[in-house]
Amino acid sequence: MRVFHFTEQPYSPAWVDHGGALRITIPNSKCDPKLAGDLLHRYYDEWQLADELGFDIMVNEHHSTATCMASTVVVTLSVLARITKKARLLVLGYPLAHRPDPLRAAEELATIDVISRGRLNMGFVKGVPSEFTPSNANPVGIEERYWEALDFIVKAMTTHDGPFNWESENFHYRQVNIWPRPMQTPHPPVWSTTGSKHNAQRLGERGYTMATLGTGYATKPLYDAYRESYRASFHREPPPDRFGYLGLVAVGSTEAEARRRGELVADYLRTLPFTPAPFRNPPGYISVDDNVRLMKAGGRPPSRTQTKDGRIINMMTGSVQDLIDAAMMFCGTPDQVYNQITQFAESCGGLGNLLSMTHAGFMSHEDTVENLSLFAKEVLPRLKEYKQPNQAVAAE
Amino acid sequence: MTLTDGNSAVEVNGIELEINTRGSGRPILFLHPEIGFDRAGPMLDLLAKKAKVISPTNPGFGKAKAPPNFNSTDDLAYLYLDLLEKLDLRDVAVVGTGLGGWVAAQMAIKSTARMSRLVLIDAFGVKNGDRVTRDVFDMYYVTEADLAKVVYFDQKFTERDLSKLPDEELYAMARARESTSLYGWKPYMHDPKLKGRLHRIHIPTLFLWGAEDKIVAPDYGRAYAAAVPNAKFELIDRAGHFPHVEQPDETARRALTFIEGN
Repeated sequence: MRVFHFTEQPYSPAWVDHGGALRITIPNSKCDPKLAGDLLHRYYDEWQLADELGFDIMVNEHHSTATCMASTVVVTLSVLARITKKARLLVLGYPLAHRPDPLRAAEELATIDVISRGRLNMGFVKGVPSEFTPSNANPVGIEERYWEALDFIVKAMTTHDGPFNWESENFHYRQVNIWPRPMQTPHPPVWSTTGSKHNAQRLGERGYTMATLGTGYATKPLYDAYRESYRASFHREPPPDRFGYLGLVAVGSTEAEARRRGELVADYLRTLPFTPAPFRNPPGYISVDDNVRLMKAGGRPPSRTQTKDGRIINMMTGSVQDLIDAAMMFCGTPDQVYNQITQFAESCGGLGNLLSMTHAGFMSHEDTVENLSLFAKEVLPRLKEYKQPNQAVAAE
Repeated sequence: MTLTDGNSAVEVNGIELEINTRGSGRPILFLHPEIGFDRAGPMLDLLAKKAKVISPTNPGFGKAKAPPNFNSTDDLAYLYLDLLEKLDLRDVAVVGTGLGGWVAAQMAIKSTARMSRLVLIDAFGVKNGDRVTRDVFDMYYVTEADLAKVVYFDQKFTERDLSKLPDEELYAMARARESTSLYGWKPYMHDPKLKGRLHRIHIPTLFLWGAEDKIVAPDYGRAYAAAVPNAKFELIDRAGHFPHVEQPDETARRALTFIEGN
């Protein structure tokens, strides 16, 4: 199993008096650029350390928010491509539906793959609902635009015999011919996230890696939907490396220390409510059927995070114990964390990639270094040796 | 072909249009606003006392999704011009409100051959202000519940318990919200080219405007009307963005007076 160190690069100083809005409307007068620079330098230092410790790396992008300073993840990737040595660099994700220009995406990512000497994993996402306001991309039709942009990027990266043309409803290009071409062949691995069986099947058909967030012990049905369509396309079982899962990670030499770190890292989930209500459900982002269900439920989507014994928890307000029960967080001594992770991987029928939020919120540099170092020393080597469950049996 | 009273389906250019027809007399084409036909009933019945009111549902607002490549008020305008031709209607009064008013204007700049009157009620479609001025209230900057408070002058229209509405109405609301965005997300509720083409409208045109409209203010309507040759501009008192809902009698009376006038 691979483990990717992930932080959203939060600007946590603004989390104190935000008045209910950490996203979209929070004025950037609350951002001190000097402090922002200090924090970003620190996050890069921690990723460098993670690289040295044997982790892989995950980065992402969000807009108009104090919860994530990577407003263009290409900058983050560019720096990491140069300053890290061994780690796979996973972007999850590059928000295709917010971006008007997939050619630019193909060029940026191909260059990053080259600079990193072929270490890029290209995770594409549609983009979170609230950010259709800052991007001003029409949320209606994103499904089609997303898949077309993805097809275009793959074609741009795999066409080596000179320019090609592309004219469709969504995108218009002439003589596409990207330089440099990516290092990895045929192209850097494609990843995406999903919470629906329909999309899991779509990813399975193509053999792209799927990752989930917040699905807890309800993850296996999604993986199984992927496995089914993967088998139909490729006539074999998907390897475990086609699955990723984002979990919060807090390890400590004592349980008490781990719980203290768990509280800190849980702040990632606890900031989720601070998206002003008008931006949570832009028109066309979810289906008409889902919107009708939402109206009937009073506007709040039901939680889908499930514990091992089938209890539904609210990941935004749940206690650290709730989060551990639901495999939203892996928290405890190294032995406990190893057991929690492998138990969860078993329940999924195999899991090749743990996307580990090892820093969040107000967690200090010292805590983050200790969280990473202890995990690297006591848990990571055992996870690298971990024998995945038998696929044929697990798939039944 | 002729339409029968009530709901019917008419195929125009391979698109199946849902059309409601009521009343008899000269034809009025009523183009619905961004909320669909929700609450338009009283206004339509009042118009139908003097005219044959033909009300198509925009693709995407009804049971079927909008066809591929169909995503602008231009597409709607050509569709309804083709409908007038298919039904072989002449001397049509086109009445549009909100989004429907925008569509009506898009039709009129293309051809008024089958039209004799144009009534635009609190219509979207143009940009008047400078680049940092949002002419049309950002309907996606507030919750749906708060939007209703901005839309209506009389706050009694905002009191609605969604959990008690029948499924059919909830579906209509959900489709309307999505499809309004399909046609009007960007550029937001306007076509940058429309204003420069309004001079082509040479049929009598009336702009009716809710005096208390906070989505598109009366001054927006005045500037819109000023770009249409000889257009009249009138306010409807005690009405917000939807005079046809808040003041159906007065709105219908003014529209009919204008349509029947010389």
